[in-house]
Amino acid sequence: MIVKLKIFRYDPKKDEKPYYQTFEVDADPMDRLLDCLNRIRWEQDPTLSYRWSCGHGICGSDGMRINGIAGLPCQKLVRDFKEEILIEPLQVFGVVKDLIVDLDPFFERYHSIRPYLITKMSPPKEERKQSPEEQHLLEEAIRCILCACCTASCPVNQAKETAGYVGPAALVRAFRYLFDSRDEALEERIALLDHKDGAWGCQALWRCTEVCPKEIPVTKEIGQIKKRIYDVKHSKK
Amino acid sequence: MNIQHDILIVGAGLAGLRAAVECAGRADVAVISKVFPTRSHSGAAQGGITAAIGNEEEDRWEWHLFDTIKGSDYLGDQDVIEIMVKDAPRAIYELEHMGVPFSRTADGKIAQRNFGGHTRDYGKKPVKRACYAADHTGRVVLDTLYDQCLRHQVKFYSEHYVLSVIFDQRRCVGVITYDLATGELHLLQSKALLLATGGCGRIYKTTSNGFATTGEIFNLVYQSGIPLEDMEFIQFHPTGLYPLGILVSEAARGEGGILRNKLGERFMERYAPTAKDLAARDVVSRAILTEVREGRGIAGKDYIHLDLTHLGEEKITERLWEIASFVRIYLGLDPVYEPIPVQPTCHYVMGGIPTDGDGRVITDEKGSVAPGLFAAGECACVSIHGANRLGCNSLLDLLVFGRRSGLTMSQEISQYQHRPISADLLRETNERIAGLLGSPAGEKIDEIRRRMQSLMMDYGSVFRNGEGLKKGIEGIRSLKERYKGIEVRNKGKRFNFELTEAIELGHQLDLAEVILLSAFHRRESRGAHFREDFPQRADRYYLKHTLVFQTPKGPEVRYKPVKITRFQPEARVY
Repeated sequence: MIVKLKIFRYDPKKDEKPYYQTFEVDADPMDRLLDCLNRIRWEQDPTLSYRWSCGHGICGSDGMRINGIAGLPCQKLVRDFKEEILIEPLQVFGVVKDLIVDLDPFFERYHSIRPYLITKMSPPKEERKQSPEEQHLLEEAIRCILCACCTASCPVNQAKETAGYVGPAALVRAFRYLFDSRDEALEERIALLDHKDGAWGCQALWRCTEVCPKEIPVTKEIGQIKKRIYDVKHSKK
Repeated sequence: MNIQHDILIVGAGLAGLRAAVECAGRADVAVISKVFPTRSHSGAAQGGITAAIGNEEEDRWEWHLFDTIKGSDYLGDQDVIEIMVKDAPRAIYELEHMGVPFSRTADGKIAQRNFGGHTRDYGKKPVKRACYAADHTGRVVLDTLYDQCLRHQVKFYSEHYVLSVIFDQRRCVGVITYDLATGELHLLQSKALLLATGGCGRIYKTTSNGFATTGEIFNLVYQSGIPLEDMEFIQFHPTGLYPLGILVSEAARGEGGILRNKLGERFMERYAPTAKDLAARDVVSRAILTEVREGRGIAGKDYIHLDLTHLGEEKITERLWEIASFVRIYLGLDPVYEPIPVQPTCHYVMGGIPTDGDGRVITDEKGSVAPGLFAAGECACVSIHGANRLGCNSLLDLLVFGRRSGLTMSQEISQYQHRPISADLLRETNERIAGLLGSPAGEKIDEIRRRMQSLMMDYGSVFRNGEGLKKGIEGIRSLKERYKGIEVRNKGKRFNFELTEAIELGHQLDLAEVILLSAFHRRESRGAHFREDFPQRADRYYLKHTLVFQTPKGPEVRYKPVKITRFQPEARVY
């Protein structure tokens, strides 16, 4: 079947402004959209730029907007599209070239929530104990592949006046450590999250949850962070 | 730009990051990666990491040692395998202490599951040895190690593509990289360089490996005069999702999944009476393709079924969520109710850059060391996995030998000083790139690559024979000729993936030749290398490691002995 893709093109070093280019690919219905992009690059226009790596939704490289919605083209099959497919870069981040965006600010914010286990006591000789129930609390959060689809889709991150919001992806990772029974830095973590650009930046608009390619209940987890902050602060008083 | 670090690590998968964590605080260390670190292909590992910690049932490192040796079809070096299996419990507890969110047993310990070829009491019955986090073990360990690197302020050069490994009078002194975002070339100088760049599965048409797993580093090393070891041993994972080749972890069978042919038969009972579906991967892949050849593939096609329907939704959701999601996304099937179509997929290269047990690169059969150069992980050949790797031994290999390499480099750099490096090296590389960019209309990269991938599937995959290998070698050599007229149409500097793919293809063709040549010269069947014209293992002639050297006259095949300490070769039956 012939697939039409209308793709955002922009090289800030060369082009005055972005433009769109339409390509046609003869694809198998079971092909991934990523396969179509690869074939455009190999057979038609080798200058088309995007990131990709594993090809099956594990590495998180190829976040982009497909018909306006952030997602991974390696997870979308050609057969699920009828009309021309619009391909654009993720929002929120600056375009570096075509579909490649500058993710440095994304990872800086990720880094800011201290994404590692913090412990005060030295560990036992063997493993630290954790019950299956305690581990299950993290099970959805640890599916995160840092593709940035959630943060790029968040209206709070998109609005200029609230662009300082740390964003859903960083909060999912914050959740993962805040609720890890082995972590011993509750107060530090609460302090990092308890402000208008932290967990309270979330307005529960659910866009993150809708787009997450790994089906993580992002908004719900951010809600649990907020509740935890509230509980910790109020139990002290 | 000319940059200096004590230690440079190329590759940000588990081996590279584990080494970086070890070096941080001891030396000035930087990691170079062609993709952003968390995009590395270690993240696609699903099933687990082996260690005889016995959390679910009795286990001993001696059994793990025996299983690994038997799994390797007696080609693994037993001294280094012993290092690995003894160090495994420490490596697991260390990951747990770093924060890896392992799945847990009812009493709060790290959970363990069955995996192919891992047994109790020297082959008597399967043992639960693989420590796991559902079916995304590689991903969560990669995230944890990356987070540890952030914590220890390891410097990263992301989206930097290595163009050459540079030597000064045999001593490795660094690399030249292409910075994808700026298009600039950089010379990065090191006192110790660790190559941890993973495999080369993309040489084959059907593979579980990511697009970045192209293997150019193998050839950069080979072209510098260092041999490649045991490259004929390419693992085909039995269960790649049909037709894409995406990995469906052995964990699916570890949790009770069963392989069935078109008659619904549990055919592995005929090939491996004791271990059945949990036999070693080479055995299972051959069994699947034998079923297909004998007309028992599903719907007359070249795949069979992996049946999980008896496991129940709860178990599948809890332990095999990722796999179930792949099946739903790519095939529109629900594995809770329908069997999964699978076929063998190129997964792992057992061979690679020869190293000792501390990651030092070895340059000949006498054990000479390449000063300043180290390798760890899939690109290295210690040799742990010999002729066939057991599932979940790879992550263990990455962690144990990544750490040991890091430790050794940290200790050895004090002997060295940075030397001035001739500007000629950068100029030569610049000229080579300019040559590619200035190429006239000619051969298409994609066409040659597709031809190479098909040749390797036809002649260098699960079943091989002398005549086919000869055809394959001739085919690859003619593609190498055509490659000389390759055209790069994209003349841009930034994110020029056509340029990197052109460079990769040149390396892949050389590597393909080494793989086929190694296979052609091994006139026996051992582990993943099966010769239809020599179907038996021939210890008398071939209980030895292949070494292929690049010489002015072309590739030269030599051999070195296997280190045997505790277990003499026996018949390998599962």
